[in-house]
Amino acid sequence: MSDAVITLADGAGGKASRKLVEGLFLEELRNPMLEPLGDAAIVGENGTRIAITTDSYVVRPLRFPGGDIGELAVNGTVNDLAVSGASPLALTAGFVIEEGFPVAELRAIVASMAGAATVAGVAVAAGDTKVVERGAADGLFVTTAGVGLLDLRAVLGLEHVRAGDRVLVSGGIAEHGIAVMIARGNLGLSLDVRSDTASLLPLTDALCSLGPELRWMRDPTRGGLATTLNELAAGAGLSVRIEEQAIPVRDDVRAACELLGIDPLYVANEGKLVAVVSPDAADEALALLRAQPLGANTALIGELVEDTQPFVLAQTPFGTRIVDMLVGDPLPRIC
Amino acid sequence: MCLGIPGQVIERLGDELARIDVSGVRRDVSVAFTPEVEPGDWVLIHVGFALARIDEEEARATLELIGEALAAEEALA
Amino acid sequence: MRYVDEYRDGRAAHALAGELRELVEPGQNVKLMEVCGGHTHAIYRHGLDALLPPEVELVHGPGCPVCVIPMGRVDDAISIAERPEVTFASFGDMLRVPGGRRRSLLEAKARGADVRTVYSPLDALAIAQREPDREVVFFGVGFETTAPATALTLLRAREFGVRNFSLFCNHVLIGPALRAILDSPDVDIDGFVGPGHVSTVIGTRPYEFVCREYRRPVVVSGFEPNDILQAVAMLLRQLREGRAEVENEYGRVVREEGNPEALAAIDEAFAVREDFEWRGLGAIPHSGLRIADAFAEWDAELRFEVPGERIEDPKACRCGDVLRGRAKPWECTVFGTACTPERPLGTCMVSSEGACAAYYAYGRHTREQVSA
Repeated sequence: MSDAVITLADGAGGKASRKLVEGLFLEELRNPMLEPLGDAAIVGENGTRIAITTDSYVVRPLRFPGGDIGELAVNGTVNDLAVSGASPLALTAGFVIEEGFPVAELRAIVASMAGAATVAGVAVAAGDTKVVERGAADGLFVTTAGVGLLDLRAVLGLEHVRAGDRVLVSGGIAEHGIAVMIARGNLGLSLDVRSDTASLLPLTDALCSLGPELRWMRDPTRGGLATTLNELAAGAGLSVRIEEQAIPVRDDVRAACELLGIDPLYVANEGKLVAVVSPDAADEALALLRAQPLGANTALIGELVEDTQPFVLAQTPFGTRIVDMLVGDPLPRIC
Repeated sequence: MCLGIPGQVIERLGDELARIDVSGVRRDVSVAFTPEVEPGDWVLIHVGFALARIDEEEARATLELIGEALAAEEALA
Repeated sequence: MRYVDEYRDGRAAHALAGELRELVEPGQNVKLMEVCGGHTHAIYRHGLDALLPPEVELVHGPGCPVCVIPMGRVDDAISIAERPEVTFASFGDMLRVPGGRRRSLLEAKARGADVRTVYSPLDALAIAQREPDREVVFFGVGFETTAPATALTLLRAREFGVRNFSLFCNHVLIGPALRAILDSPDVDIDGFVGPGHVSTVIGTRPYEFVCREYRRPVVVSGFEPNDILQAVAMLLRQLREGRAEVENEYGRVVREEGNPEALAAIDEAFAVREDFEWRGLGAIPHSGLRIADAFAEWDAELRFEVPGERIEDPKACRCGDVLRGRAKPWECTVFGTACTPERPLGTCMVSSEGACAAYYAYGRHTREQVSA
């Protein structure tokens, strides 16, 4: 890495982000718990296995259709635990607040957090607050951390993914990113879409019943479904072959993406699950997820295949194309 | 940059503006170059402007032409 | 989406592919140039090249307005953007284009320049109206498709008396570029898939010189997969029948006379430059637009001093050859190594319509697997 300054691309979740994490953070902090670079780290002694994770939220605007920064902060951390096969034990929350921020707004955001935490069955057990001068924080930044207990049924990891395994996504993509973009109000676009922010626990819990037939889960946040599928391909050393037309996207969300010139595959989600299961368990996984309100639109989108080089390959009605890793940052400050 | 999206005019907003619908997304665009369009018309949108009215008959004719190869195949089947 | 999905029918596409096979002789090598970056993008994005018979080769052309901006002009844009009083508004595509020393507008933004993405030049004008103490400059880029929008924005700026707005004009014209390609000594193109959206503005008559003077057929094409396949079929038919005519596949939005209101706006706000430098193609006479004298007050090149340097493309960069259809992306030695979408050496790798970017993002698996 030779770039002298951090750019927005470094925070987008794509190639630049990956380079920053691997080339700076991992290099400086290197340790066995960090190396897998999973959504959560697994720690433990004397047989206990605990997942820990943290996330920061810098979304602008703070409130958008379907949620606010508080809900994102709770659900985001809960989901990082959930996709690691853990049930949350407790969360912490840190607030960096700009001088002049309205107290009523802060209260509303924290109330949102309480609501999301209740739904997820977890409590915010500890926290911290800092106030900085006007202009130094753009309103409010929130950081949450979470600990969870690993579900003993789950045997998750990219090392368990095999050729022939199937890939599912739990519903329509790109809704969160588009909702936030529209809420910024400077695009001249309007549509009735809400952020999909939600706790994925009901879905991950249902899938954990599959035991080792469930290989890996992830929530496709920044960088979208494409980024998650690329991580899957790279980590498993296999190509991910998806059926482009099988990916669920709402018509109006697709249209908004077309108008903005962005591919919905790269747009952030905050309440969607990507799961990899054995071929034998695919039908059951589909049924389990579709039985949940949050997973009503779950779709089987593809499978893992042997290849000379791990690519994400999308089958179109005409031919095949690659779904590459995200370059640049089409939508900054999206979560 | 050649990006042109088809959308339907829902409402004229004065001489130069129209509200367009693209599969449920609403956008206000300039109709300075397509001043004659009316609600119900379809237009091609590019960088915030309606560049052309979409001619439904021509659209159909093109589709028929495109479909000829398939029709010929099916006739032989 | 209406007027989109109907032209993406897979079965019709495969039937068209069969028809294409009937229209060529084994061993033939037909080279068709698809001029427009939007076509390049669509072809790779849908994996369309898989449906073409091996006898047909699609060659990418210079119709990517971002790709043809010389590095010196990017540096000029950056120098304007770096001024503390300037708010520099641009289409997103231009932000990562490298100027000299691999700097870009995005990098300038990271170092504190007020660079903002807009989706329409009218958005830039609105910023100027909302923020009267900022000097708002819009980076005008694009062919005749986009020039009318910029022209209208200048007309409105004058009408509303918006003084804190100016335009850095880099609009280019497709006709002179086509002529420059056809005049190259080593030109090897049998026909042209004509630009779709440029043609909604200029109509189909401007392409007649290609048929009359150079005896090549032109078929103006839409951007959906079946539009492109149909246009290729029409070209192959012309070649087989020994015809060289301008045909219009995109009749639903392209009229022979184009769009008179849009052309009038261009005529009023712009004048044609004596010549303009195109990356990879060199200086082409009468190929670029400058701001008309009546609108000199809104000309960023007059308002601000710019370095105006002519910067040589990096030696290894073959953007010029790619833009002229003389090289394929994978034939450039730095493709995928020193030149990638994250660290582009050349413009073909930056714009979403650039041939190298499109091939890298969507199509590079085809050759990797072939060579493995």
